[in-house]
Amino acid sequence: MNSANTAQAEGPNAYPSAAPLEFRNVSKRYPRSDRPAIADLSFSVPAGEICVLVGPSGCGKTTAMRLVNRMTDLTSGDILLDGESVTQRKPAELRREIGYVIQQIGLFPHQTIAQNIATVPKLLGWEKDRTQRRVTELLELVSLPSEMGDRYPAELSGGQRQRVGVARALAADPPLMLMDEPFGAIDPINRERLQNEFLRLQAEIRKTVVFVTHDIDEAIKMGDRIAILREGGVLAQYATPDELLARPADDFVARFVGADRGLKRLTLSQLHDIVLLDVPTAHVGDAASDARERAAQRDADELVVLDGGEQPIGRLPVARLNGQPVSADDADPLTSTASRETSLRDALSLVVADRNRPLVVLEADGRLAGLVSLELISAALRPADGAGSPEAARGAQR
Amino acid sequence: MSGVLLAPLAAAPVIPDFGRGSTCIRDNKLFCWDWVQSNWGGTLRPALIQHIELTLIAVVVGFAISFVLALAAYRWSRLEPPVGIVAGILYTIPSLALFQLLVPVTGLSRTSAEIALVSYTILILFSNILEGLRNVPADVRDAAEGMGLTRWQTLWRVELPMALPTIVAGLRIAVVTVVSLATVAVFIVNEGLGAPIYAGLQNAFKTELIAAGALTVALALFADGALVLLQRVLTPWARTARS
Ligand SMILES: Nc1ncnc2c1ncn2[C@@H]1O[C@H](COP(=O)(O)OP(=O)(O)OP(=O)(O)O)[C@@H](O)[C@H]1O
Ligand SMILES: [Mg+2]
Repeated sequence: MNSANTAQAEGPNAYPSAAPLEFRNVSKRYPRSDRPAIADLSFSVPAGEICVLVGPSGCGKTTAMRLVNRMTDLTSGDILLDGESVTQRKPAELRREIGYVIQQIGLFPHQTIAQNIATVPKLLGWEKDRTQRRVTELLELVSLPSEMGDRYPAELSGGQRQRVGVARALAADPPLMLMDEPFGAIDPINRERLQNEFLRLQAEIRKTVVFVTHDIDEAIKMGDRIAILREGGVLAQYATPDELLARPADDFVARFVGADRGLKRLTLSQLHDIVLLDVPTAHVGDAASDARERAAQRDADELVVLDGGEQPIGRLPVARLNGQPVSADDADPLTSTASRETSLRDALSLVVADRNRPLVVLEADGRLAGLVSLELISAALRPADGAGSPEAARGAQR
Repeated sequence: MSGVLLAPLAAAPVIPDFGRGSTCIRDNKLFCWDWVQSNWGGTLRPALIQHIELTLIAVVVGFAISFVLALAAYRWSRLEPPVGIVAGILYTIPSLALFQLLVPVTGLSRTSAEIALVSYTILILFSNILEGLRNVPADVRDAAEGMGLTRWQTLWRVELPMALPTIVAGLRIAVVTVVSLATVAVFIVNEGLGAPIYAGLQNAFKTELIAAGALTVALALFADGALVLLQRVLTPWARTARS
């Protein structure tokens, strides 16, 4: 068993970088329990995608995950990893091919960070050099300084430990990652940082990921697809985040995603996903008549004033043009601006905060990109089919 | 019975001649350093070595037995109550009584002494090893299983190393207990620091009594200190965990 394993691990492409996962009519009933923890669960996750399992506490998320790596055995149905039934595999071998980040991280306190990360490579019999190189690589991948390899888990912060947990699960380059509420016990600021880091990492490594959370916002943010489970392990809906928010399958899902699901959909897209409003501009020193004419052409009642370097410095209502050349003193200073990366939801809140005035959007170099108005944002909320929908735009961007 | 109690007398060292030696020895002062010097090689050193042997054998054998029992009880928790009860009874039998119970079976031998000493270590070592293993947090065990460590690998690579501080704590108690109890073994076999202590008691010679007693205490302290050091070396992580 060991030699076969080692041979496999030593090959040039020992593991595919990602494998599809399929649940087929999976049920699980724990002994001495009168109702199933998982009932007839079917869904499939394409290779390289993040599938988020979300649902209320006790709905069977952890159980579903443990059925995959056989820490729990299923009662009926089947789970296929890369087309092969997991029930045909030896549990310990199977688990070495599946990265598992448990709910409480579970780092080994008696081992250094480097030793923790090297756990699976060591089990697979990798050579010392190769393991060493991999550990260094992984520390870098999860943005930890390499000196941290010699520390013990007790010497790390919660967020750092979380990163080590992810690195340890990734060590043998598994085709599938199971992540059980990996960011659950972390403060909101660091959680958001870890989420963003993981998305960036995933864009690079493209694993198949099953990600458990009970936070619908996290699900919407992290998931390519979301499986909503209800009590008793019944699948309520399996859909992309946008579909889920636009068309919840039933009351349970609608209540779970929240009354503000319309607003949540706005978090799925950013300003570079929509076409911005064109706005007339004037440079400091331009003649008032020219400026007035330009505004009239576009039927606009204000202009954005640019400085010599084309950087917007203020907005000038046409009514204030009084024959004098355009001056920065007449313009209202820009109190808030957005960038192309600002989410529609944040843009909406900035617009509302500025008494529904359209918001100035800047390019990365500080030049004017355009304006975004309340009407533009609400137009983006219309049912999502075809190109131009937030989800299609998001797919293209990733 | 009385034969047992007389045994050390029969083999006791020659009663010191109070008439010879320094004035200190002649007057049986509290402590005569010159007596220690002249009897180190002949009496004290051999007794100390025997005492270390008695202790080491008892602790090593006791540890081996407790280790196997604790692993079994960890795996099958139903085993814990019976093992615990037997170990508890062995622990509470007065040492002199136990020595005497063993003599008809194993005679006035080192074996009898060792059996008695071993039986005192089992309760402490068994419960500490078991407690150490059980104190390994469930999430750590879960993570080990989830990464594909077999049960055996989890035990040796994760659970036992993590139980080490508790196990060493048990060893320290066991060693100190055995060092002190081994002096009583003189009632069965004329070995160890119990011999000079007994002789000192018999002929009321204070220096021998005090010297042997002090050696016993020093040995216990030394062994305890050595184990503390050993644990520091083996569990560097346990120090950082507390800070
Ligand atoms: N080992 C077990 N034996 C018996 N019942 C169990 C076992 N593990 C879980 N259950 C039950 O199965 C159901 C699903 O539990 P599970 O841990 O999968 O929920 P979860 O969705 O992960 O919850 P949470 O969000 O609180 O982590 C619960 O009702 C739980 O009580
Ligand atoms: Mg759970």
